[in-house]
Amino acid sequence: MRKIGVPVGVALILVWCLLPVVWIISLSFKSQSAITNGSPGFFPASGDGAGWANYVDVIENDQFRRAILNSIGISLIATLLSVIIATLAAYAIARLEFKGKKFVLTMALAIAMFPVVSLVGPLFDMWRSIGLYDTWPGLIIPYMSFTLPLAIWTLSAFFREIPWELEQAAQVDGATSWQAFRKVIVPLAAPGVFTAAILTFFFAWNDFVFGISLTSTENARPIPAALSFFVGQDPFNRPASLLAAGAVVSTIPIIVIVLLFQRKIVAGLTSGAVKG
Amino acid sequence: MAAITMKNIVKKYGDGFPAVNDVSIDVADGEFLILVGPSGCGKSTLLRMIVGLEDITDGDMLIGDRRVNDLAPRDRNLAMVFQNYALYPHLTVYENIAFPLRLAGADEKTIDEKVRAASSTLELDEHLERKPGNLSGGQRQRVAMGRAIVRDADAFLFDEPLSNLDAKLRGQMRTEISRLQKRLGITTVYVTHDQVEAMTLGDRVAVLKRGILQQLASPRELYENPGNLFVAGFIGSPPMNFLPATLEGTTVKLPFGTVEISADKAEKAAGRDLLIAGIRPDHFDDASVVDDSKLEHGSTFRTTVEVVEWLGNEAYAYIPFEAPPQVQEQLAQLERDLDGESLRTQLVVSLDSASTVAEGDEAEIWVDTRRMHLFDPATGENLTVDREHAGEIPALAMEAAAEQPAAAG
Repeated sequence: MRKIGVPVGVALILVWCLLPVVWIISLSFKSQSAITNGSPGFFPASGDGAGWANYVDVIENDQFRRAILNSIGISLIATLLSVIIATLAAYAIARLEFKGKKFVLTMALAIAMFPVVSLVGPLFDMWRSIGLYDTWPGLIIPYMSFTLPLAIWTLSAFFREIPWELEQAAQVDGATSWQAFRKVIVPLAAPGVFTAAILTFFFAWNDFVFGISLTSTENARPIPAALSFFVGQDPFNRPASLLAAGAVVSTIPIIVIVLLFQRKIVAGLTSGAVKG
Repeated sequence: MAAITMKNIVKKYGDGFPAVNDVSIDVADGEFLILVGPSGCGKSTLLRMIVGLEDITDGDMLIGDRRVNDLAPRDRNLAMVFQNYALYPHLTVYENIAFPLRLAGADEKTIDEKVRAASSTLELDEHLERKPGNLSGGQRQRVAMGRAIVRDADAFLFDEPLSNLDAKLRGQMRTEISRLQKRLGITTVYVTHDQVEAMTLGDRVAVLKRGILQQLASPRELYENPGNLFVAGFIGSPPMNFLPATLEGTTVKLPFGTVEISADKAEKAAGRDLLIAGIRPDHFDDASVVDDSKLEHGSTFRTTVEVVEWLGNEAYAYIPFEAPPQVQEQLAQLERDLDGESLRTQLVVSLDSASTVAEGDEAEIWVDTRRMHLFDPATGENLTVDREHAGEIPALAMEAAAEQPAAAG
């Protein structure tokens, strides 16, 4: 019974999760007219198939290419900065005793709880008056402020797990505090760092609210916002198959990044450091 | 290599409690010094102050001629082996050992030579490419030592390095450390709570209690001439027996009978109503198996043996006795200091394995009165200590002991 139960359960969950994804892939291979006429089948009916035409159209579209570039650039910069700052902050919180430590942690949590929508209005106003509207930094900053708290919490939990003796041993062995941090602590916290990086990247890549409110041109517009502006020639007849192809293309980077980072998140890296 | 000099070292934490109080110890160049005491006695704190992981509240710490109070650990050129080894889990054994050399900026050839020399000394050659996580406890311990010996450090510091190993391995590593230290001739400070390690490894042993140095002497001096009740009770296994005693002339009255002591000892202890007599288990024996020539150095008494533990090479006999409340209180306090529980007062006697005394027998027990010490029950001070053969007994230890009953009461 158990032997059958597990694969059946796994299959059910997979179908549940992957059906929309598979469906959008199916859509992206149908021609525009086929969708307008109604094409209920999973596989395109004969003559309705578009082959790679939708993908070629999407990639040849300047707006779309620019949006992909914006998204990758903004997300990577936000992730990088956020992880660096979070690593340093989390290390300080885990290892140092200072006044206001509790305050920092509570504030971080409070900020993470803030509804995104409530900040869009004031940010729109502020960014316009200080010239950050429709620029990369204009999106990087809010992304960082929403991902930093989570990254700090995740990372400080990781740092607390690392035995302090390791750092002390490094110092006795002749390392400066910075060397001990860089050569011993950071490699050991790598799984945590990559976890934080993935979470941050997700948030930045998937964000729509900031993306659509704080940009006005393709200067800084990220993919989710750009897709919504993707109307084609006829505004009353949106090119669904093109949009589907665009959605598939915009999912690829995130899959690549997750697969890359996932290999770094190896559990039990610290085993063997100390007797335990 | 260098001597380590501690001058009136004090460590106070935020709440003002002195974890280490006015400790002065000179460790000679090449000497093996042991810091020993029950948990919370400040021995690890003292070690961490030497290496620079704890700030020194007051006093001077000198390594060689250099005052190191304000130097960072990396500037003190000391090598330390941590209790939990603190190996870098993301590095191979080779890189773990090479770590201090890489930080010092040594070139690749020197690093390779030194790492391979250290690994062959410690028999780690076949494990060089493995990660610490895949090694056994003993192997990890050796890697930690390798990381220490690969540098030309001024001194080695060990923080209870063997406490995580099983009994057999501990014995092997103990002799290994001893051999290594003798071969390298490097100044070593070794913290332990295990008195077997303290007795076997050290050139000198510093016994600490609640941050105060009690006695600094060679293992033999500590065993034969303990400065106070605490040291007497801490050193030796099974521990020294403490019996209530009264002195009249040169006759000491013990719960089991009277014994004679030498005139000069009696003189030192005279003038007190009640004393605590300290006699080690191995200074007793079954009178029937003691040589006549030895017999005359001591006294004998008859008593009933309650329990006998026969171990093959010797046997322990247990004989219960009643102690007056004054003595009992001091002994209960002593047990607390030693991390023990105060059980009922009983005499432990080590018998020759040839002895046929059985449980419940009435036996004639011989006691070597030359080795008996008399302690002041109020202060715990050893009144009959042979100061010339007792190393250093700091005055502060005596003062603190004198204050203690008042504080406890």
